[in-house]
Amino acid sequence: MSAYLLCFILFCIGLYCILRKRNIIKIVIGLGIVEYAVNLFLVLIGYRWRGRAPILAKGREILNMVDPLPQALVLTSIVIGLAITALIVAIAMRIYEKYGTFDITRIRRLKG
Amino acid sequence: MTLIVKTITRLTVGLILLYGIYIVLHGHISPGGGFAGGVIIALSFIHLMLAFGKETALKKLSEARASVMESLGAIMFLSIALLGLLGGYFFFNFFIHKGRPFTLFSAGIIPLCNIAICLKVGAGLFAIFVALVLFKGAKETE
Amino acid sequence: MELQLILLFMVFAAVLAVRIEDLLSSVIAVGAVGLGLSMAFLVLKAPDLAITQLVVEILCLIILIRATLKKDLPVVKDGRWLFNTASTLLFIAVFLTFAYFALRNLPDFGTPIMKVSREYTQNGLGNTGAANLVASVILDFRGYDTLGEATVLFTAVIGVLAVMRKVGRIKSEK
Repeated sequence: MSAYLLCFILFCIGLYCILRKRNIIKIVIGLGIVEYAVNLFLVLIGYRWRGRAPILAKGREILNMVDPLPQALVLTSIVIGLAITALIVAIAMRIYEKYGTFDITRIRRLKG
Repeated sequence: MTLIVKTITRLTVGLILLYGIYIVLHGHISPGGGFAGGVIIALSFIHLMLAFGKETALKKLSEARASVMESLGAIMFLSIALLGLLGGYFFFNFFIHKGRPFTLFSAGIIPLCNIAICLKVGAGLFAIFVALVLFKGAKETE
Repeated sequence: MELQLILLFMVFAAVLAVRIEDLLSSVIAVGAVGLGLSMAFLVLKAPDLAITQLVVEILCLIILIRATLKKDLPVVKDGRWLFNTASTLLFIAVFLTFAYFALRNLPDFGTPIMKVSREYTQNGLGNTGAANLVASVILDFRGYDTLGEATVLFTAVIGVLAVMRKVGRIKSEK
């Protein structure tokens, strides 16, 4: 139970960073922290007490295996998170080149 | 980059590439799979570019060839999926005899799919890195 | 016990990443969070995920450091700081309340309800012939999702290459 609580605290730290910071790179960092917290929560749900990794070994029968379905989900999610981070950083570099600043309040006021 | 970095890169970059190929090929026996192996192969090319500059790395794998490899990986994955339509439904594992388990040639279409995904992910991430690093704004070229 | 220690380390590194003003230092702190997550995956018996998270974290750090090589700017606190922080904390408190009510209905930590996975673990080796059950799930039982993910990655690569074009180059040569 305490593991779930720490996972939610990590999510809230990332959420605070997205909502309150003015630098675009800080917002990207907050997005990364939120994504780590979500992946961790999905894997925490599928954990079995004293389970074994979902890989079969030769000549041995394994009875208590950890749930392999959330692990398949999270494998997809990690790579998609990387693609999203790369795209947002590319857009941020374009914004810096056009407006000369990373500050989001000044980007809203400059027009053209 | 300094001489120490260049010497270590020359020694280890081939081993990193080999390790990535090992993880892809044994994806159905030990942990790993197509995604992790593809990222490791992209990292080996990026390591070469960071240590020696962009000329050396682009001579080994130019941007045009990276685009071709990525599209090849996507087409291979789609064609393996569509070939399953011959046997029944989409993504059907059409090898009748699945091989002995725990050996390298087993598990039907899973190793082929791993190789297709490795090509796609590796070439795609290398293309992203080249586009981000070699970006010169309109102001800097004047 | 080790799991709680690793999670405490991750929370501490995340707080550092949010509060430090220098951009390069906070990117390095996010790297520490990612490495802690890879160790947590290993403790939670998921070796596939640990390998993938480690190498993806390294690539993410390289891309973020490339973006922060530019100069960063001094931050000025504008007015209404109290109102902004208070409303953010209120929102997070509401979210945590609803999360607590949702968490009470989950099964206990360590006892999952494996209805679908019982099928996969018992018939996985027989139907597919692969020893790695996670690979057999993502490529044989749920191949459609992997096709969707390959499409998302392809679209992201096209997006980055389209954003980073050299626009207006012909005009500047004249």
